[in-house]
Amino acid sequence: MTRKTLAAALLAPAVLLPGLAFAMSHGGYSTVTDERLRNPEPHNWLMYRGNYEGWGYSPLEQIDTGNVANLRPAWTFSTSVGEGHQSPAIVNDGMMYITTPQNQVVALNAATGDEIWRFKHEIPEELWQVHPTNRGVALYGDNVYVTTTDCHVVALNAATGEEVWRTATDSWENGYYMTMAPLIAEGMLMVGTSGGEYGIRGHITALDTETGEVKWVRHSIPAPGEFGHDTWEGDDWVTGGASIWLTGHYDSETGVSYWGTGNAAPWTGDMHPGDNLYTTSAIAVRVSDGELVGYHQYHWNDSWDWDEVSTPILVPLERDGQMLNGLAHAGRNGYLWVLDRGMGSDIGFVDAYKYVRQDVFTSIDPETGRPSYDDAKKPRVGRFTKFCPSLWGGKDWPPEAYNPKTGLFYIPVNENLCGSLVGEVQEYVPGELWLGVPIPDIKMYLHEDAGHIGEVQAWNLNTGEEVWTQNFKSFNWGPLLTTGGGLVFGGGTWDRYFRAFDAETGEVLWQFRTNSGITAVPSSYAIDGKQYVAVQAGWGVDAVRMEDSLNAAVEETPHPLIDKKIYTPTGGVLWVFALDE
Amino acid sequence: MTHCEGCAARGRRWGRRGVLGGILGLAAAAGLPSARRRARAQETDPARMRPQPGDRIAFARGDRKGTLIAPADIAPGAKPAFAYPWDPARGAMRNGTRLNQLLVLRLDDAAYAAETRARAADGVVAYSAVCTHQKCTVMGWHPDTHLFICPCHETNFDPADGARVLSGPARRSLPALPLKVADGVLTVAGAFTGRVGGPPQQR
Repeated sequence: MTRKTLAAALLAPAVLLPGLAFAMSHGGYSTVTDERLRNPEPHNWLMYRGNYEGWGYSPLEQIDTGNVANLRPAWTFSTSVGEGHQSPAIVNDGMMYITTPQNQVVALNAATGDEIWRFKHEIPEELWQVHPTNRGVALYGDNVYVTTTDCHVVALNAATGEEVWRTATDSWENGYYMTMAPLIAEGMLMVGTSGGEYGIRGHITALDTETGEVKWVRHSIPAPGEFGHDTWEGDDWVTGGASIWLTGHYDSETGVSYWGTGNAAPWTGDMHPGDNLYTTSAIAVRVSDGELVGYHQYHWNDSWDWDEVSTPILVPLERDGQMLNGLAHAGRNGYLWVLDRGMGSDIGFVDAYKYVRQDVFTSIDPETGRPSYDDAKKPRVGRFTKFCPSLWGGKDWPPEAYNPKTGLFYIPVNENLCGSLVGEVQEYVPGELWLGVPIPDIKMYLHEDAGHIGEVQAWNLNTGEEVWTQNFKSFNWGPLLTTGGGLVFGGGTWDRYFRAFDAETGEVLWQFRTNSGITAVPSSYAIDGKQYVAVQAGWGVDAVRMEDSLNAAVEETPHPLIDKKIYTPTGGVLWVFALDE
Repeated sequence: MTHCEGCAARGRRWGRRGVLGGILGLAAAAGLPSARRRARAQETDPARMRPQPGDRIAFARGDRKGTLIAPADIAPGAKPAFAYPWDPARGAMRNGTRLNQLLVLRLDDAAYAAETRARAADGVVAYSAVCTHQKCTVMGWHPDTHLFICPCHETNFDPADGARVLSGPARRSLPALPLKVADGVLTVAGAFTGRVGGPPQQR
């Protein structure tokens, strides 16, 4: 035994004991069942977006439009980690779990902020992370589950943090990695994989929650002989991308899960001719056996790095007096997509609304939703091509929210940003970045008449009407939470504010300045009848890249909107707010 | 169309059936102390050892992958070539770890700082291709300013002056690898001037 492992062995009981003591003092950990996941209690936040539909909605209404001005920090917790913090606080009857960059999981007492246990994952020396973040745990049974940047799923005992099992779902050496919170349904844990910038072939892997055994693998690019394979030429499909790096949603009535897929690789479409199914699509995958039962490709032959990986949200939809089982997705391609998921069959197109400046699509087929392109706006090898929105899109990964009380769909938006790319044939090297674009040729532009960048938009999906918009000078990388108290919460701006909006009108009713910018998913929970709103601050990953790109853009072409270099401080802190007593 | 070396091989390895097999294999191997195993391998496995004095330098990518590099192969001001140290004892590259990747380039001799010029062989210099911030591969190259750009956080390094940091979050220069010419090819003259790569390990 080395000195280090000896020390770890001696320390381990001391680290674990407080966890055990807490669990016992609360009469044991509340086991998470399928029934609880289908009908989560209002006082808990049991999964990434609060419910299977992906609403980002808490029914709690103690904090409301009338009293939100009295919201104050109840406690804070510094994670001791830098880079982009993106995970929600997931809460089960007083136990809270957050994750941080570098694959750490921290269990906390959700009332007091006391640390109960912390899990650290050993990261291979050679691993490099283009997106060093993590988006949270999943709960099931008596375990918590986390994904890692070296492409493992790890099961931990929820009360103690002890490792139960770990399974690799692919090879990090070949560029596969994971940052998402898993989806758990029907006793199956499902994860996708990141790596669209490394020439991976995306897939969803289902694992047995008890053992970590692989139950099925569903690739997001069809193999020879499978439907859709003929949308690729030659061997392009092998390294074609279609990563899946955000948590899927689930229709418990039909047993079908829904996922968004990423960009085609490398970036410009002339390097992978064809429609390239199922890149930049919504896909419907049956949970029991991994069968792909439906899809809708938002745009074909992606050439803009417009990942459509943001998972479509399951929403009720009314059209011509009829109720539909809808899906809604604010696309990176600048259109808000409204789809029909039926009863777990193929996905039908309903409507698409342009929600930011978009100069690439010339039309959208009203029957199929297939867009036509202005070829001059489609980047290709050796041709400088400028297009709007930028490669980060009208909305990147930060999730939208749906409030069943207002019936509105809320979107964190980036407007007035355009980009340019020049394709370059680059050699594929396993595990190395394979963008197909030289780094200095990835540029951003702020539209000359831009008076703002960030927005929160509220849409009525039944009428296709944008009900309200709130604008910010800063761009917006803030995932949204909406509540039964008639509020929408979100951060995402470089001024470090976390805000509460009136869900009906968009009016800013409260704001609080945190230590850093917020790109994490907010959540809400209650203990002993007291409602809390939790969110991690901790700027990093693509918000910083956008900051750098914008600084470079205004250095080249000065713009009145940004008169000095943007620099948002970093550092992870969990903020937990409650009403002043 | 892309030139995707190894695509067919990958297709076989990660084909429909192969993927599940591969995943199950990985799952079986999971839990092994891989990081420690790799650390030991760096000391004992010649393919993973850091460059040794006397090693040659070979192209890591492209049509001439595995070929030893002569100074004349590197054009002035051209995009840096990715390379690996080449172990003369085995007659093979030390490419068992991406941390051994090198950037090899030639700039105008007058542009070099004195210390950098002293490490050059016939005007050719070599640096670690691994960013000292978060170990990303420094694949960006600005053809006008002759700066390395890290794709992860946009650190700019100046290869004319010891690859020092000009902007961005990295705090250390890219380690330089002193070169000489032996038998007409680029040869390692000394150890890296610093530790390859950098954090992230926190708390």
